[in-house]
Amino acid sequence: MQNVITVKDLTKNYNGLRAVDHINFNVIKGEVFGFLGPNGAGKTTTIRMLTGIIKPGFGQISIMGFNIARDPIKAKQLMGVVPEMSNAYVELSAWNNLIFMADLYGVPKKTARQRAEALLNLFDLYDRKDHKIKTFSKGMKQKIIIAMALMNEPEILFLDEPTSGLDVQSARLIRDIIRKLNKDGKTIFLSTHYMEEANELCNKVAIINHGKIAAIDAPEQLKIRIGGLQRVEVSFNKPADISALSAIPEIINIRKKGDKLALYTNEPGSIIYKLVDYSRANNLKMVTLHTLTPSLEDVFITLTQEVG
Amino acid sequence: MKRAYAIAKKDMRIYYLKGPVVIFGVLSPTFLFLAFMVGRDLQIDFLIAGLLGMTVFFTSTSVSPVVAPTETQSKNLERLAACPVSITTILIGDILASVFFGVAISFIPILLGIAMGVTIIHPLILILGIVLATFCFSAMGLIFSSTPTSMTSTVMMLSTMIKFPLVFISGIFIPIRELPLWGQALASLSPLTYITDLCRYSLQGNTYNYYPIIVDIGALVVFLVIFMVAAIKLHEKSLPKRL
Repeated sequence: MQNVITVKDLTKNYNGLRAVDHINFNVIKGEVFGFLGPNGAGKTTTIRMLTGIIKPGFGQISIMGFNIARDPIKAKQLMGVVPEMSNAYVELSAWNNLIFMADLYGVPKKTARQRAEALLNLFDLYDRKDHKIKTFSKGMKQKIIIAMALMNEPEILFLDEPTSGLDVQSARLIRDIIRKLNKDGKTIFLSTHYMEEANELCNKVAIINHGKIAAIDAPEQLKIRIGGLQRVEVSFNKPADISALSAIPEIINIRKKGDKLALYTNEPGSIIYKLVDYSRANNLKMVTLHTLTPSLEDVFITLTQEVG
Repeated sequence: MKRAYAIAKKDMRIYYLKGPVVIFGVLSPTFLFLAFMVGRDLQIDFLIAGLLGMTVFFTSTSVSPVVAPTETQSKNLERLAACPVSITTILIGDILASVFFGVAISFIPILLGIAMGVTIIHPLILILGIVLATFCFSAMGLIFSSTPTSMTSTVMMLSTMIKFPLVFISGIFIPIRELPLWGQALASLSPLTYITDLCRYSLQGNTYNYYPIIVDIGALVVFLVIFMVAAIKLHEKSLPKRL
């Protein structure tokens, strides 16, 4: 398996504070690599170093064999980047934004025009190609920003919070496109706050906290690793008394989730019997009942609390 | 160079081809010029040479200082920094756009002068001078924009604080040879002095320039190199602070 990104001992200080602290990881060709972490954990700083936007303080980054510090232009030529805090040029049309990107990557004119047309069709924006970006909705702008990152047909695509703040349909479209790009052989480096998104898309995730890597593994492996935290989610037709439920000895913790109660336990089977007894005794009717294994969010919370 | 040209094209579309920018580029030096010239009995070729020098100066330094802060604010800079272009290429692109604009606008005072009977005695020297000066002043504008801020007003204030005093020490309103010794020494530190001197030579003739032509051209080249190197170094330092 070929490593397309190799990070060794990467470190960065900002104003005397260590933002990224001697991190190491590899990204294999063709995988979707999730990069997760709480705000201020060092995610964006790491991505900026990987994409050559800022220089590493210490350590090495290799992008398909090119050292980003020594050969930034060659390394950048292989990437497409969607930075978190980024915008297309709002005074330019969608078409001109795409062609501008192609020019910066040295894409021949004819190829650039063909790619721009194909991408505008893929993102369902061809009819708006001559409209200025300032007239676009947030979802449309994000689609154009991603299309701009694809104009050079990159080997590796860096996506920093690509679905942040988007409506459900736009976010789903972008996730579908990420899947399609990955199926076509592109390596995706995805940073996201949405655990479900990472769980759905990533072959492997790294969790960073306080500038250090807390864990790197496949999502399911991470869930097994933290263990113990199974839960039963139940909703009743009327509000239930949480204190009465807390008296059930097998329940370790209770969290209210909207109209549902999440009961954390090691023994979901016996909890179900107790819930049936409880609902009969209190004249309640169970509307929904689910048993759930730990989610990636549980893994994230556990690991970021451990290191923190 | 193709990538720098792409950046220049983008700058032209976004920042330069706007009515207010073009009008400001012409009106600003014209009003300043009229304020000092009205009521004084001066030759038309002297006036046009001064106006031309000032127009080249104001137009070439009008937009280049605000590109970086504007793109910081509009969140375009990070996108650009992730592309396979060096800071030098980005700055050369910004300079090229500014040069195209400066050269194009300089035709206005030239045509005005021709309409008023001024003859261009040394057209090649004039063209060379204008092109060199627009490069030089555009690079100077990039030094102002290296301040790591997203506030264009901060950069404009800094730029105005430096640009306006230069206009008064560069032999535009008073010929250099009429200045006191300290004034002449001060004038020699301003790049605007040399393009004004070249304009006088080109429009008024061999006896009206203060410095030999080779000194004027050499000084503009030296200023261009200094401004360019300084702009690259300063922008390399300020880019991470902008993100």
